[in-house]
Amino acid sequence: MIELEDLTKRYGDKLAVDGLSFTVRPGTVTGFLGPNGAGKSTTMRMVLGLDAPTRGDVRIEGKHYGELREPLNSIGALLEAKGVHGGRRAYDHLLCLAQSNGIPERRVGEVLEMVGLQEVARKRPKGFSLGMGQRLGIAAALLGDPRILMFDEPVNGLDPEGIHWIRNLMQQLAREGRTVFVSSHLMSEMAQTAEHLVVIGQGKLLADTSMSQFIAENSRTHVRVRTPEPERMRDVLVEAGLRPVTGGDGALEVDGGEAPRIGELAAANGVVLHELSTQRASLEEAFMRLTAQSVEYHAYAPGADGTQLPQTPPGAAPPPGGAAPPPQPGQAPPAWGEDWKRGR
Amino acid sequence: MSTQQYEGQAAGQANWPNGIAPYNSPIPMARTHLGHALVSEWTKIRTVRSTVWTLSVMFVLVVGIGLLTAMALSGDDYTGMPLLSSGLFGLMLGQLCVITLGVLVVTSEYGTGMIRTTLTACPQRGRVLLAKAVVFFVLAFVMTTLACTLTALINSALLSDQTRPSYVSDSNFGGSFEGGKLVASGGEWLGATVGAGLYVALLGLLSLAVGALLRHSAGAITTMMGVVLLPLVMALFMAGEALKDVRDFLLEYSPLNGLASLYRIPMTEDQDATGWPLLGGLAVVTLIILGVAYALLHKRDV
Repeated sequence: MIELEDLTKRYGDKLAVDGLSFTVRPGTVTGFLGPNGAGKSTTMRMVLGLDAPTRGDVRIEGKHYGELREPLNSIGALLEAKGVHGGRRAYDHLLCLAQSNGIPERRVGEVLEMVGLQEVARKRPKGFSLGMGQRLGIAAALLGDPRILMFDEPVNGLDPEGIHWIRNLMQQLAREGRTVFVSSHLMSEMAQTAEHLVVIGQGKLLADTSMSQFIAENSRTHVRVRTPEPERMRDVLVEAGLRPVTGGDGALEVDGGEAPRIGELAAANGVVLHELSTQRASLEEAFMRLTAQSVEYHAYAPGADGTQLPQTPPGAAPPPGGAAPPPQPGQAPPAWGEDWKRGR
Repeated sequence: MSTQQYEGQAAGQANWPNGIAPYNSPIPMARTHLGHALVSEWTKIRTVRSTVWTLSVMFVLVVGIGLLTAMALSGDDYTGMPLLSSGLFGLMLGQLCVITLGVLVVTSEYGTGMIRTTLTACPQRGRVLLAKAVVFFVLAFVMTTLACTLTALINSALLSDQTRPSYVSDSNFGGSFEGGKLVASGGEWLGATVGAGLYVALLGLLSLAVGALLRHSAGAITTMMGVVLLPLVMALFMAGEALKDVRDFLLEYSPLNGLASLYRIPMTEDQDATGWPLLGGLAVVTLIILGVAYALLHKRDV
């Protein structure tokens, strides 16, 4: 169990982590989600006692990190910067860590096998691929067979097989009664692994909820209706007690509406339809909507302020660039500089 | 990950809403102490190439240059140098290797991010610094003393037969003759072996502390080279009476003078200097810098 209480870190005049309070519980995988620069890594470094909090407190099983007497048995961590001396052989790297906690040497071979690195145990990590480096970091985290595991962006650099492997590993670790705390900036990744979700943006807590609840609340479905007679169709829908809004390209969007019923309404009133489709907002969109106000490094994108979200199927990876949806047909993107004219 | 049977699982269920008891490892765990950190640091220092390289180069420089000088001098007439003193030349270069290793023991961890892993495995930061200091100091002391002893033996074997010119008397030169042979006193032997080893190991330890302060390999190595070499170089260019005090001060407290004095060829006018007081001074300075490094290590984020 990891407990954060009003945890705050200030670098100069910038608040990297701003009053975080939440608890990471055993037995489940807790996803720690936020855009780049949201403060995830800083938070994890404070959990490990590497950075001192400006204010607030973080405890592991009720203790500060520095009070742990067998730290590798309490918590194993994979940090984003892998933290391996490139010139020390993989086996020796794990051996010196094991020795510092009095862990029997036999365990080094065990964890190397567990992550599939026994072949390169005598090689220097300098020549490792990103994925192999990640596996070595995970081996180090598992060394003390810890009750808590903390992974910072573990899927970075892994191939699909590796991603599958680490997902299963995290879920298995949680099933064994361990606390698993894993950070990511990809909602789609978390949706497949985590049962609980903590979302932060610009260092502030945005959500602390179960994954299923998050999905139920955020995967908004709406029906898209395109017709040559939008005004008439709108009246029909309003009469039926629905609340249509006009979308970006002139189509009507009906929140929570059911496509069959709308189709029947149109038929009964003799309105021609060109399109009738059910749209599901992806979790990625939900995440982007939640963090839109707090993304630190915006790629310039129309709609990044939440007015127009990309239509991607649920669970799909976000478009390259994170927050940049392709411009919608029929809607010219605002010319560069309009924000400036408006703002001043 | 073997499937574990948890003792007290049923009892634990009440506390955990999802019905899973907290995990307990079957691996025996020891309460960690300094011994663990020492073993770990020993593994670390012996498993990187920089240790092997710096110490090998140091050994080759000290013994190799010692051998070459002794061979060159052995045919000549006695020049007035104490028997073991030519060991200094190789060690002046060899000490730079020890300094480099001392710096790298700490800064390589900062350079690679290993320090985060280290301090996660052992959050008692003072313990990590102490273990590093002890392991490095013992290793550097043993290796340097070995190299210096070997060089002293070579010098003693090759140079004791130098011809004593008629104008040389016992009183006006550093060396002493016994039965027509040039000999070294017990104090000279001690200074040229254990003394030199201690002195260079202390310089290395000071480098380790400077490395922990600066956390940057190039910066710390440059700083230490400056500390060792600059006082002497600056003093060389200080001519004139007005600067005499400064010059004498720089010469006397130059780290190289400490080493030269241990070989009984001090750079100052005080020809009786043994180098031991300067070694003590170096030890005090090293401890102070280590103390500052210890305090900052606790204070700073890594």
